[in-house]
Amino acid sequence: MTATRLKYFQTGSFAAGNRLVNPESRSVQSGAERANAITCGHRACQGCGEALGARYALDAAMRATGGDLIAANATGCLEVFSTPYPESSWQLPWIHSLFGNAAAVSTGIAAALRAKGNTHTRVVGQGGDGGTVDIGFACLSGMFERDDDVLFICYDNEAYMNTGVQRSGATPPAAFTTTTQAVGEEPGAPWGQGKSAPLIALAHEIPYVATATIADLRDLEAKVQRAMSIRGARYIHVLVTCPLGWGTPSSDSLRVARLAVETGIFPVWEGAYGDVTAVTKIRHRLPVEDYLQAQTRFRHLFKPRRRDALIERVQARADRNIRRFGLIDPVEYDPVALHVEGGS
Amino acid sequence: MLEQIEGSQAVARTVAMCRPEVICAYPISPQTHIVEGLSRLVKAGELRPCEFVNVESEYAAMSVAIGASATGARSYTATASQGLLYMAEALYNASGLGLPIVMTVANRALGAPINIWNDHSDSMSQRDSGWIQLYVESNQEAVDVHLQAFRIAETLSLPVMVCMDGFILTHAVERVELPEPEQVDAFLPPYEPRQLLDPAEPMTIGAMVGPEAYTEVRYLAHYKQMQALDVIPEVAAAFEQRFGRSSGGLLRSYRSDDAETIVVALGSVLGTIEDVIDELRDQGVSIGALGIRTFRPWPSEEVRSALEHAKRVIVVEKALSIGIGGIVSQNVHGALEGTAVTIHTAIAGLGGRPITKSSLRRLFADGIAGELTGTTFVDLDHSLVDGESERMMQTRRSGPHAENMLRDVGIVGAGPV
Repeated sequence: MTATRLKYFQTGSFAAGNRLVNPESRSVQSGAERANAITCGHRACQGCGEALGARYALDAAMRATGGDLIAANATGCLEVFSTPYPESSWQLPWIHSLFGNAAAVSTGIAAALRAKGNTHTRVVGQGGDGGTVDIGFACLSGMFERDDDVLFICYDNEAYMNTGVQRSGATPPAAFTTTTQAVGEEPGAPWGQGKSAPLIALAHEIPYVATATIADLRDLEAKVQRAMSIRGARYIHVLVTCPLGWGTPSSDSLRVARLAVETGIFPVWEGAYGDVTAVTKIRHRLPVEDYLQAQTRFRHLFKPRRRDALIERVQARADRNIRRFGLIDPVEYDPVALHVEGGS
Repeated sequence: MLEQIEGSQAVARTVAMCRPEVICAYPISPQTHIVEGLSRLVKAGELRPCEFVNVESEYAAMSVAIGASATGARSYTATASQGLLYMAEALYNASGLGLPIVMTVANRALGAPINIWNDHSDSMSQRDSGWIQLYVESNQEAVDVHLQAFRIAETLSLPVMVCMDGFILTHAVERVELPEPEQVDAFLPPYEPRQLLDPAEPMTIGAMVGPEAYTEVRYLAHYKQMQALDVIPEVAAAFEQRFGRSSGGLLRSYRSDDAETIVVALGSVLGTIEDVIDELRDQGVSIGALGIRTFRPWPSEEVRSALEHAKRVIVVEKALSIGIGGIVSQNVHGALEGTAVTIHTAIAGLGGRPITKSSLRRLFADGIAGELTGTTFVDLDHSLVDGESERMMQTRRSGPHAENMLRDVGIVGAGPV
């Protein structure tokens, strides 16, 4: 009789509140002493990936610094939903200046601390993809190249959600936005445009760059913690889902983020001084179709008629990520490859 | 100590004595010598503690200053022209947040056409930005007013722009009395903000405000800036008491108490104007000058009482509000509302064109003779503009003026005639 080896995914995972791991390894969020840096009562949509990502990232940074932290925020959803007059969700010193200058404001805070001989207080800058990869990019690049002692976190939901879902430089091809409508020969956002902010960050040869998603919040916490153990310019790019802009049920936020990882759409990696140093392997590779069909922003790829050519182009992008970052060990079973070869 | 020194270097040395903790710099002529001087002082360890941040744009310069000031550091930067426009969004933000940043504006024209020389187009374009605007006449005054600027800014928790004429002052080498560091320390106490970014007392700065309170916030911004009309003379008086010279303040009258004609101006051109006034006074002409040292807040009552006894006022200004004409003169009109004073507007010195004594003599004579109408463009080359005006009459799609005029005078590469 052959014994079947069972794999218990729950054991050894790092889900929040997981009581099966030893106390030191438990997530920041599962601890009663968490900072609640962004506390409840804010006005984010139900299922907001950015609120979730910011909460985990900042609480992890708060723990890493013993609460000795200042945050600078770009204009955007996170700023608007957290500080409606006369309320504020922020339990740490927090400043919002403008849409495009959060990285430079962070630089200024860090410079002031240095001038005052304060070596213990740390600085986090944060913004959405618009405030980071588009309008804030010059300030971000300047902060990187000067190696200012700032961790900048981008919560990337792939469009200008605060203003009503317009295309940004982080919007993927074929995605519907209100400035890239699902009409014409190539519906949705154009192909051959957009940029990878984390790879550009890496090209600055700063001490730490990482990507993460809200599908693996323990990974996000660990990366923030690692970033806070390093001095100099650091960057974490977090993929966060947006129920409104992506057209997903609020209850699907984590699932869709996980699909972005498992399909190879969003590679999760770490880098330092210009090189990628670690990647998160894909555990169960899935075809991009699973990811696309879960969101109405890609509905036009399937209705009123299937656009196989466009779906294949998205698949090719994911495949390239998998090859480029080595997201799957070559020896592993590859269902998508078989699936494609089988022609079904 | 008396020194023969370039204006920019004098300002750099003075700013350094004010012990800024964060200086951010982006090069743009003609302010660059100031931050170069400060960079050297920081790098040599003569100014410490101080962080000198070489930023990637003026927008970043002001943003770094915002972050630093909100963290409790005395913050300084300098800019000019396009740089001031590029940081415009951050200017409004700094004043809205009530951050006492001090910035030197080495006044320069705005493009297009690109022009690096002096006029007041840049700072005048930001007159509504919520910054206090002080204009200086000489390098001595530039030194003195920078000292005062930090004290005014920190007293009111408002940013201050010290406007000094690019090249004419920044690059002029002349005798300047520089203060002693101990004098400056006694005049300017360390910066201690009421609120700042501090993990010991977490505070949200820069929250969103909707229709329910935005008007009140703006009203208070206006109210606070108007308080500067009291604070600026107080600081000028305290300065005079400690340093023994009169500098700064709201206005400066020159032989105008009994004058029938008063010339209003800002900045370095006042020196030339005063020379012409002296000559005309010798000839028995009843003429004087009023120098505007504080343009924002606008000292309306003080301007009124300085001018209301005159028959006529000639505003000589180095900026143009396209579509209406003078900027300073609009403000003077407001101050003199209801009086019988005739106000003439003269646009002069745009893009660095020298304002000569002979031009001013002609202008003043025309004003006194009642021959000035509307807005006068001093020394306008009519032959150069007439051709272009004609072309505009023929076709509205006449293209850019500068290029057309280049073509008219036969410049190679200016395109077909």
